[in-house]
Amino acid sequence: MSVLTVNSLGKSFGGVRAVENVSFEIGKGEFLALIGPNGAGKSTTFNMINGQLAADTGEILIGGKSIAGMAPRDIWRLGVGRTFQVAATFGSMTVVENVQMALISHASRLLNLWRPAASLYRERALELLAQVGMQDAADRPSRELAYGDVKRIELAIALANDPQLLLMDEPTAGMAPRERNDLIKLVKQLVIERGISVLFTEHSMDVVFSYADRIIVLARGRLIADGDAAAIRDNAKVREVYFGTGKTFQGASS
Amino acid sequence: MTLDAFLFQALNGLSTASGLFFIAAGLSLIFGVTRIVNIAHGSLYMLGTYIAYTLATKIGGAFGFWGGIVLTALFVGVIGAAIEMLLLRRIYRAPELFQLLATFALVLIFNDMTLWLWGPEDLLGPRAPGLAGAVEIFGRRLPSYDLFLIFVAPAVLILLHFALAKSRFGRLVRAATQDREMVGALGVNQAVLFTSVFALGSLLAGLGGALQVAREPANLAMDLAVIGDAFVVVVVGGMGSITGAYLAAIIIAEVKALCIAIGVVDLGFIKFNASKFTLVAEFIVMAIVLIVRPYGLLGKPQGNVRSVAEPEAPIRPAAPLLKAFAAVVLALLLALPVVAQSSPYVMVLATDILIAVIFATSLHFIMGPGGMHSFGHAAYFGLGAYGAALLLKSAGFPMLAALLAAPAVALLGALLFGWFAVGLSGVYLAMLTLAFAQIVWAAVFQWETFTGGSNGVIGVWPTAPFNKAWVYYLLALALAVISVLLLRRFLFAPFGYAMRAGRDSALRAEAIGIDVKRIHWLGFAIAGGICGIAGGLFAFAKGSISPEAIAVGRSIDGLVMVLLGGIQTLVGPMVGASVFAMLQDTIMRQTEYWRGLLGCVILFLVLAFPQGIAGAFSMLWSRFDGKRGGRA
Ligand SMILES: Nc1ncnc2c1ncn2[C@@H]1O[C@H](COP(=O)(O)OP(=O)(O)OP(=O)(O)O)[C@@H](O)[C@H]1O
Ligand SMILES: [Mg+2]
Repeated sequence: MSVLTVNSLGKSFGGVRAVENVSFEIGKGEFLALIGPNGAGKSTTFNMINGQLAADTGEILIGGKSIAGMAPRDIWRLGVGRTFQVAATFGSMTVVENVQMALISHASRLLNLWRPAASLYRERALELLAQVGMQDAADRPSRELAYGDVKRIELAIALANDPQLLLMDEPTAGMAPRERNDLIKLVKQLVIERGISVLFTEHSMDVVFSYADRIIVLARGRLIADGDAAAIRDNAKVREVYFGTGKTFQGASS
Repeated sequence: MTLDAFLFQALNGLSTASGLFFIAAGLSLIFGVTRIVNIAHGSLYMLGTYIAYTLATKIGGAFGFWGGIVLTALFVGVIGAAIEMLLLRRIYRAPELFQLLATFALVLIFNDMTLWLWGPEDLLGPRAPGLAGAVEIFGRRLPSYDLFLIFVAPAVLILLHFALAKSRFGRLVRAATQDREMVGALGVNQAVLFTSVFALGSLLAGLGGALQVAREPANLAMDLAVIGDAFVVVVVGGMGSITGAYLAAIIIAEVKALCIAIGVVDLGFIKFNASKFTLVAEFIVMAIVLIVRPYGLLGKPQGNVRSVAEPEAPIRPAAPLLKAFAAVVLALLLALPVVAQSSPYVMVLATDILIAVIFATSLHFIMGPGGMHSFGHAAYFGLGAYGAALLLKSAGFPMLAALLAAPAVALLGALLFGWFAVGLSGVYLAMLTLAFAQIVWAAVFQWETFTGGSNGVIGVWPTAPFNKAWVYYLLALALAVISVLLLRRFLFAPFGYAMRAGRDSALRAEAIGIDVKRIHWLGFAIAGGICGIAGGLFAFAKGSISPEAIAVGRSIDGLVMVLLGGIQTLVGPMVGASVFAMLQDTIMRQTEYWRGLLGCVILFLVLAFPQGIAGAFSMLWSRFDGKRGGRA
């Protein structure tokens, strides 16, 4: 059974059809890239899958269960972690506390009024930070971090509930090319080690083509291609959307 | 009640609506463009009535009256421009709450200035020359002047509407109201725009006040009474919408008129006099509108609520130095009864300070870590105070039981009100909490048979051994220490973290399974409950509780305390409450004009320490510490 199934999903904002009749699946342990030009509807798709936006049409199944009408926090409890295109962390907390917050929530201990939170799950949080290479910054206020580092914290937070599915909306935006590669490599490794399924968007084609197991392409809200790197590279429709006809992806990265 | 009587009241309502409209339109306009909630707007209205009174009586005649009204409006407009240029311009970038505080300081200053210039007596102006008579309508006599007022408001509305629709100024105003970013792009023009909008809004308030001169006596309580009504109207109508303000003014005035017209209602099992519940009715309307249409009848959702404060540093458990300091302070406080044996007054003042500390710390709990800026914390103070007093008097509870029941009563109230309040944010949350506080206030004020009305509940004295001031002080100290430590414990626990998480980024919090509304609701309830302790202590400390003690002024005092201390630090509210209570007390005993002086002090503090007192100290400290090269 697929981890995520999306069936003829649609969403309009006023007159703009942001997403139209989109269907795809992700299998267990699959590293799936969702690409498309700016405004193609990628973030909108993410927002519907994590419950932030209600779909107008179609259905979304996670582990075979429809998520219609569920709030983001309930979908998270189904084992779906997410990072945002514009990274969001808790600015008044330290890096490690950000991760602890997710662990505390995962353990359903949010209503505890007594135990000092700073000592709860600190070890586990440090382990997660170590995985994303941020253990040295653990006790710094998260608002002081560089943007690329914030993105990595977000990844650590998203991993806190042992997700089955990770939704990463432009996880590498604002990072240097080297950093991008490292982060995606790290995520890929997690996919392999833990069998997590990942849906991610990414503007750097180099990264997408070297790491994604499969790629789906959105343009103006519609799904125009679905296949492996080679198939997408050779797909005429995709080329047209990205470069007009005739050009190739060689050396293209933003 | 006859239909005629009913219609007559409805007409009466319309003429009341005109005064409401003028002040609300100005308030709304100013808020729309500058995003400043000008609490001093009621003071400008009051000044309008006083100045028009002086002109009408000193100059006299038709010119003194009618010309006086116009001159008054212009003069108040100039005052408004001066306020904007001298004060507000300096604090547009300050956190929203500081702006509120600054305008509240103006309320205090204007009130005492008026007292100084015109004296404490109510002043009723002359009849309007040319409109002194009355017309017979629905079998009753309606003053012609009231009839005139009914038509002035829509006339001004239409005038404003065209002025804003056609002129360049109007275009700027609309652009700024609709799109925040636009204002920045206006560049140099911005200063001119803000000043002129402030002047226009003030002019409208002055006009509204001046027009009242023949209708009701000028008095010193007008400012807060009218600003309360005006907030209701602006919020119901939708911030920034002038037509909305007119519509809402009519609705509010008519609802009140209706209550009066209905009179005594006999539902068989219960009998009550609706005309006594005009105030409650008004705030119930506002609460309903905010719940159903959070942006008011004609308001539009505002873009992101401005991030209110500087990002806050992570909280850390008290350092050994702070702990030692706290222990010393506590030891001194415990020893105070011995030291102050000769002066019973010191015990009274110290008890007041402890009550203020509980009040401010509980307010800070939701304002700071919760990010909910409650403008109605007095509600829970009042529920605690009245709860304790009435349980003692009517239900025969013993003193300690009544005192312990106070937080329970307040907690229940906070659970109810908080459930609605956490659905909103920013200014709207502030207004809804204010509305709830006014409902509580109006209910105790107007429900005479149960609460004693304006006299309140008296004879609420503590029983032995607490009837000695120093023993009662120790009881207050114990409760204050418990309250502060409890709230602190909660803040360091997962619950407090979750509350801050929801404030920092609701999006992220929801995405990791936190039910932000629920957490904030419970936080609101906890703060309300703890605040009830302060209320209960207050009732027994004074031996009585009256509506005056739980009016809007108390909510504002709480805000001042928290902001004085600095919203971003945990000890801030304690420092702020102590400084405020002492200031209030010492100034109050020095001069009749203590309000004005207090206002000046607040203005000075706002301009000098935008971070609050404790905030300023911790900044100094970290600078000093940074130079020494230490600190992680
Ligand atoms: N809340 C909204 N209201 C109105 N229109 C919206 C909203 N969110 C997205 N849109 C529109 O829907 C379309 C898809 O937007 P979306 O953010 O999903 O694109 P995207 O593929 O994530 O683009 P990018 O690569 O720039 O992040 C765009 O035309 C956008 O303007
Ligand atoms: Mg996007």
